[in-house]
Amino acid sequence: EKTKQNFFSRLGRAIVGKSKVDDEVLDELENILIAADVGVDTTLKIIRRIEARVQRDKYVNTAELNRILREEIAALLAENQTEELNDFELPPRDTPYVMLVVGVNGVGKTTTIGKLAAQFKQKGKKVMLGAADTFRAAAVDQLKMWGERAGVPVVELGMGKDPASVAYEATKRALEEKADLLIIDTAGRLHNKTNLMNELAKIKRTIQKLIPDAPHEVLLVLDGSTGQNAVIQAREFTKVTDVSAIAITKLDGTAKGGVVIGISDEFKIPIKYIGVGEKIEDLQIFNRYEFVDSLFEENA
Amino acid sequence: MFENLSEKLEGAIRTLKGSNRITEVNVANTIKEIRRALLDADVNYKVAKDFTDSVKEKALGQKIQIAVEPGQMLVKIVYDELTQLMGGTKQDINLSGNPAIVLMAGLQGSGKTTFSAKLAHYLKKQNKRVLLVACDVYRPAAIEQLKTLGQQLDIEVYSEPENKNPVEIAQHAVEYAKQNKYQVVIVDTAGRLAVDEEMMDEISRLKETLQPSETLFVVDAMTGQDAVNTAKAFYDRIQYDGVVLTKLDGDARGGAALSIRAVVDRPIKFIGTGEKVGDLDVFHPDRMASRILGMGDVVSLVERA
Ligand SMILES: Nc1nc2c(ncn2[C@@H]2O[C@H](COP(=O)(O)OP(=O)(O)OP(=O)(O)O)[C@@H](O)[C@H]2O)c(=O)[nH]1
Ligand SMILES: Nc1nc2c(ncn2[C@@H]2O[C@H](COP(=O)(O)OP(=O)(O)OP(=O)(O)O)[C@@H](O)[C@H]2O)c(=O)[nH]1
Ligand SMILES: [Mg+2]
Ligand SMILES: [Mg+2]
Repeated sequence: EKTKQNFFSRLGRAIVGKSKVDDEVLDELENILIAADVGVDTTLKIIRRIEARVQRDKYVNTAELNRILREEIAALLAENQTEELNDFELPPRDTPYVMLVVGVNGVGKTTTIGKLAAQFKQKGKKVMLGAADTFRAAAVDQLKMWGERAGVPVVELGMGKDPASVAYEATKRALEEKADLLIIDTAGRLHNKTNLMNELAKIKRTIQKLIPDAPHEVLLVLDGSTGQNAVIQAREFTKVTDVSAIAITKLDGTAKGGVVIGISDEFKIPIKYIGVGEKIEDLQIFNRYEFVDSLFEENA
Repeated sequence: MFENLSEKLEGAIRTLKGSNRITEVNVANTIKEIRRALLDADVNYKVAKDFTDSVKEKALGQKIQIAVEPGQMLVKIVYDELTQLMGGTKQDINLSGNPAIVLMAGLQGSGKTTFSAKLAHYLKKQNKRVLLVACDVYRPAAIEQLKTLGQQLDIEVYSEPENKNPVEIAQHAVEYAKQNKYQVVIVDTAGRLAVDEEMMDEISRLKETLQPSETLFVVDAMTGQDAVNTAKAFYDRIQYDGVVLTKLDGDARGGAALSIRAVVDRPIKFIGTGEKVGDLDVFHPDRMASRILGMGDVVSLVERA
């Protein structure tokens, strides 16, 4: 267990009764945000918003400042997000809801899929998995073990097969067996590799031959300890697959994952899930206020 | 967002034009831009501040040569400092001992298993008899992953699928290696977080028991500000000998390299440049310096200075 101390109270004390946030406080705020991987641009944006608010509202007290900070930062987290998730839920459909999971190497795609499968299965959904990472050593075995843990079937054609064919086969099976949810695992790929990125577009087209409006969700998995490169990952994956949701993993460590604030703001992609461990139950629905608070928690 | 540093510096440098000395006032903007470039490259904010402070100190009062643009001169100072910080004397992997034992450690997904296979391949090409050992007893299919890689390389993988005790497995593997005249034993371990007491305890017991000649901390080049915390926490527990920076075939600027170097005085010994077993390279501090600064043309720029 980490012991955490709240920054808000300290920041609050320094600011009470003042109509302007003094530079020292802003510097500290800047350091905290940068240290949480929020990035220079987004940090400056947040600071400008806070300054403007404080100037306008005057006489802020501790409680108000807490609120302003949380509100201003939370506002950047996909302001246009209409429905915040309350639970693991799927929109009602006649055909399977197809989720394509993408991301760079080692971020936690396969693990997140295993966790998602377990959650939706618990909700009474019929879940299937598609093993379209046919490249990384033992990738299919890994997904199959997660399928066993979650108690859901895995469609696979073995290693070395064309990932698009696996995706097609999995979609076909999900349709035949009237699954509610099909989650397709893909190989990790760095976004600067054009041929591998094109492969994702091909997987998408192939699924659409069977279900024209699929995939219904493209989930980009980001590693919570990744720094500013995550912004480029979001941009490049969005270009080829229209990423529609984000999961941030490994937030059980000391990394804060602050880079997603700018990503969510710039690309208007909602963050849906957070990974907080390696066990099957270690997946949570993203809550923006809790996330903002965690940025200010100090690791002892 | 990540424009070339030299472009960003242009404006800032204009203030230096016409002056013949670098002073506190005329250099302030440029230093700020350099600091920002470092932050954009994920250099830890404290490290970036210390670094720019020391650059400023070095630069202050320096006479600007007529032939050279003052901005270029500053960039050269920065580049040289960075290179030096990450460089020093090049150290090879220590393979003393019979067999020599190499222990991997790092966060989840950083690339330990892949790098274990790459290193085995690299040493095999130098005619060493190498044994890979699967000590990740947690991750689903971790053993199969290493075995698959071993098969591809025709290198034996020692594993005990029923045994959940990595220390025991490793000890048995070393015995096995001795009996079978292996020269190098590479021990792959599970990924772990520095805050996970139990798992950190496990890796330090592995280190204690095996007394490896080389312990390597494997870190993803995309890592952000947390790199310093993790590198420090692992170092405090297992005093690793070197660092491996993976996934440099991406476009991350790799500020983690500088950050880690600043908090633990351990060299980066290898880099990973792809998913295939041959994608291993030795570390070049000067290339890393231009990468962090985000300037491919830094070398030519500097040559003119
Ligand atoms: N601590 C922690 N570890 C995680 C979390 N999510 C995944 N991991 C670990 O991260 C490592 C990589 O996870 P994978 O699911 O294999 O990642 P991937 O994106 O599928 O990797 P590739 O398919 O190789 O690109 C494994 O050791 C997982 O156990 C998390 O939320 N917290
Ligand atoms: N592009 C690229 N991918 C790499 C590199 N090194 C490793 N990977 C990939 O990164 C992912 C994770 O690598 P692993 O070797 O499984 O990482 P690990 O540290 O053993 O992971 P855990 O055992 O789960 O902690 C895999 O998809 C690898 O193929 C590299 O240098 N470049
Ligand atoms: Mg995977
Ligand atoms: Mg591994």
